[in-house]
Amino acid sequence: MNDKRPVNLDLTTIRFPITAIVSITHRASGVLLYAGIAVLLWMLQASLQSEASFSELKEVLANPLAQFIIWVTLAALAYHLVMGVRHMIMDLGYGESLEGGRRGAQLAIVCAVILIVLAGVWVW
Amino acid sequence: MVTAVTNLGRSGVYDWLIQRVTAVVLTLYTFFIVGFILSNSPLDYATWEELFSQFWVRIFSLLALVSLAAHAWIGLWVVLTDYVTTLTMGSKGTAIRLFLQVVLGVVTVAYTVWGIEILWGL
Ligand code: HEM
Repeated sequence: MNDKRPVNLDLTTIRFPITAIVSITHRASGVLLYAGIAVLLWMLQASLQSEASFSELKEVLANPLAQFIIWVTLAALAYHLVMGVRHMIMDLGYGESLEGGRRGAQLAIVCAVILIVLAGVWVW
Repeated sequence: MVTAVTNLGRSGVYDWLIQRVTAVVLTLYTFFIVGFILSNSPLDYATWEELFSQFWVRIFSLLALVSLAAHAWIGLWVVLTDYVTTLTMGSKGTAIRLFLQVVLGVVTVAYTVWGIEILWGL
């Protein structure tokens, strides 16, 4: 391996415009979601195992702590999904100018916040 | 430097493409499940169980699980190769990253098997 290859980014010197914030939070939500999958699978299992476990799950879902954990998971999913769609729209070549990137990021944040609030309404 | 031996597609272009195809599958699946729950609210056990007893729903779920595994592997690979490298962690960087990859690999396989068990094992 050639060790003299250039290092292209020094991550520690970079400042954060809105597009970068959207990017890093997309990453954070992806990592969070990975943990959240355990919660979702657990709910799927409880909901399908039997009639009894289904109603047990319903009781658990009345607990504020459980609701909070589920909301965080759904929020991560909503956020990641919206930002992922934004990402892929840009992959297709739309909104790639500096201004377009900012607008898209703002629009996506608005969509994500709406979905996250709705997810909260849904859970509670 | 990080070499492309532990990423899924063995090349950035394949990873990029797999990441997008799996993202589309996961999006469709999310809409499907959320849509079903919302349109059948309040959900009862019989309706829910009936949904997952259908063969195509199980296949769709399986597809989502496999997509999830590939998507998460690629996604987490990208994250690890950004933050856990010899550049950020010194000479042990590669060893730590490989260790974390193994852990995440085990978790990912566990998720997938667990999901299959839920779908078929009940
Ligand atoms: C359901 C569980 C999911 C998990 C655990 C997950 C996890 C991740 C992770 C860890 C990354 C890497 C982030 C980065 O490199 O900054 C990522 C990237 C990505 N995710 Fe997801 N994701 C999930 C679902 C989705 C969905 C539903 C979409 C739909 C749009 C999506 C779209 C994307 C895209 C487009 C990228 C690539 C970003 C890039 O190339 O920089 N993901 N995901």
